[in-house]
Amino acid sequence: MAETAYWEAIRRAHDEEMANDKMVICMGEDIGIAGGTYKATSGLYEKYGEERVIDTPISENSYTGIGIGASMVGMRPIIEIMSINFALLALDTLINAAAKIRYMSGGQLQCPIVMRTPGGTAHQLAAQHSARLARMFMSTSGLRVVTPRGPLDAYGMLKSAIRSNDPVIIIEHEQMYNLKEDIPEEEFFRPLEGAEVVREGSDITLIGYNYSVHLCLEAAKRLEADGISAEVLDLRALKPLDRESIRKTVEKTNRVVIAEEDEAPVGVGAEIMAIILEDCFYALDSQPVRIHAADVPVPYNAKLEKAAIPNADDVYQGALKALGKI
Amino acid sequence: MKDADKKRILREMIFYRRFEDRTFEAYMERKIGGFLHLYTGQEAVATGVLEMAVTGQGQKNDYVVTGYRDHVHAIKTGAPAREVMAELYGKETGSSKGRGGSMHIFDASQNFMGGYALVGQPFPLAAGFALGAKHKGSDQIAICFLGDGANNQGTFHETMNMAKVWNLPVLFVCENNQYAIGTRIERSTAVLDQYKRVCAYDMEASQHDGMDVDVVMEASKKAIDFVRSGKGPYFIEFMTYRYRGHSMSDAKGYRTKEEEAEWEKRDPIKIYSERLIKEGIISQDDIKAWEKEIDDEIENDIIKFAEESPEPKVEDLTKYVLDDNPDPRWIGPLQK
Repeated sequence: MAETAYWEAIRRAHDEEMANDKMVICMGEDIGIAGGTYKATSGLYEKYGEERVIDTPISENSYTGIGIGASMVGMRPIIEIMSINFALLALDTLINAAAKIRYMSGGQLQCPIVMRTPGGTAHQLAAQHSARLARMFMSTSGLRVVTPRGPLDAYGMLKSAIRSNDPVIIIEHEQMYNLKEDIPEEEFFRPLEGAEVVREGSDITLIGYNYSVHLCLEAAKRLEADGISAEVLDLRALKPLDRESIRKTVEKTNRVVIAEEDEAPVGVGAEIMAIILEDCFYALDSQPVRIHAADVPVPYNAKLEKAAIPNADDVYQGALKALGKI
Repeated sequence: MKDADKKRILREMIFYRRFEDRTFEAYMERKIGGFLHLYTGQEAVATGVLEMAVTGQGQKNDYVVTGYRDHVHAIKTGAPAREVMAELYGKETGSSKGRGGSMHIFDASQNFMGGYALVGQPFPLAAGFALGAKHKGSDQIAICFLGDGANNQGTFHETMNMAKVWNLPVLFVCENNQYAIGTRIERSTAVLDQYKRVCAYDMEASQHDGMDVDVVMEASKKAIDFVRSGKGPYFIEFMTYRYRGHSMSDAKGYRTKEEEAEWEKRDPIKIYSERLIKEGIISQDDIKAWEKEIDDEIENDIIKFAEESPEPKVEDLTKYVLDDNPDPRWIGPLQK
């Protein structure tokens, strides 16, 4: 085992997969000579050259489209988009092309691209650098969407995404790039489907994904001090969703809080709530609680930003509500 | 060029015209649904350019991609005409198994990489095929056909820039029919000569008559040789005209009968057949005989195949969304 930061885990996955298969290339803004905004591709330009580590101009829609085209003729491009906000510019090629080409060609062609992008709030980056948008991608047929919560999944899921034959959106998080975890030194893969119970509990379930898993874990610790046993479920994959794991944990604990960093309307929490109502309504002992961002563009002012984005205390309070304690 | 090839090229153009005319009839009979965009009038462009490319040889073909007016490009690249018609009929035997329809003809076995309904979307896809071909060390090139209207999309500028910066083997073919649906080019576009627009990216470019297939072939050969030799991308513009509306729902109220008549005087099939008759290669009777043969083929083979083919099964509705046989090592389920 080796202590590895989230960004290092991503870099290692790139390196191994590029060494393994010449068809793997990566492309994005500042990923080559500059080494990547979050260092996730550092050193790769020197090792694999400019033909395989491609610094692109600031043209998100078309360089994503070029990656998609290359994937249709056998390449395995890993496309980095510096912030998920900028991925909005690439929605045409991602949603209208990558997600639909297999289907509308009757299965003749595929688009095995990986798009990696950080999607979350950091510190006072204001509205145009703080979008989360997972809900937009998870509502699109033909895409896979995953949200690695730490280095283990960041490494293992990227490796799987590169080898998968589907377009995979990997949503990372600015506040997780320096998160450290011990991961095996030998090569391993983590699957692109399946939620995971990351903390066992019996009184209540806290459901999170991406950074909100960490809020759930912190809230679970506080609940433990109160004598409450909280289970934490990391969704891991938002598309397709693991309905079975959601049902199992709700049937086990009978109470649930869904924590998302995004705004609530038509969001991840709304979808999970619907699944719970459809699959295990009678297992509930109380109304499910959603913890989510305020329905505002993310403000610059630190105090306002803090008020807009949920934290571990919000999840804790939500749990108390679901438990009927407040 | 051999006489036999000249005859074949003329016959192909007549075939494309009659194929499209027949789809018009089938649409009026409600055998074909959705949107239908016909290529009538522009035949010399796809025919002439692709005559100079590698086509009909399966995976050795150049990569060809276009917009939604795609039937003729698909057939000339190597897609069987009966499968294209079956696709318009929405049948399981269609080019895209009935999932795509008129605007989304695909034949991956011939490197026909699709018809796309988002105007300008094929620009980056084509550059991606070229990037892949270059990376693999293949001498294949990518050929992207789009109309003048597509050049006002951001993807045009973004892709021209990257294609040039990365020296990609891609030929951009602009079929300038002067109308973006119903908006005439003067009303939408600051620079009317489209080939001039790529000088902003220092790209080789030229403009030619798109109604004379000999001119198209000669110009395309030079452009294709340029791209295939590794000199980088090339942008070629052909002046042409679509006789029918943008799609079947278009009454053409935005242009005059006089303008249409002017262009039809320079009909590509008329120009080429008159030339071959003058050269003594064919006679008017040969053309009449071909027309009969083509109509018989369309009716008794192509339409019959489309009519008699089965529709996709409803139980297959969710096939082809994602990889239907994924490797559990990458996909899961997660071992708990």
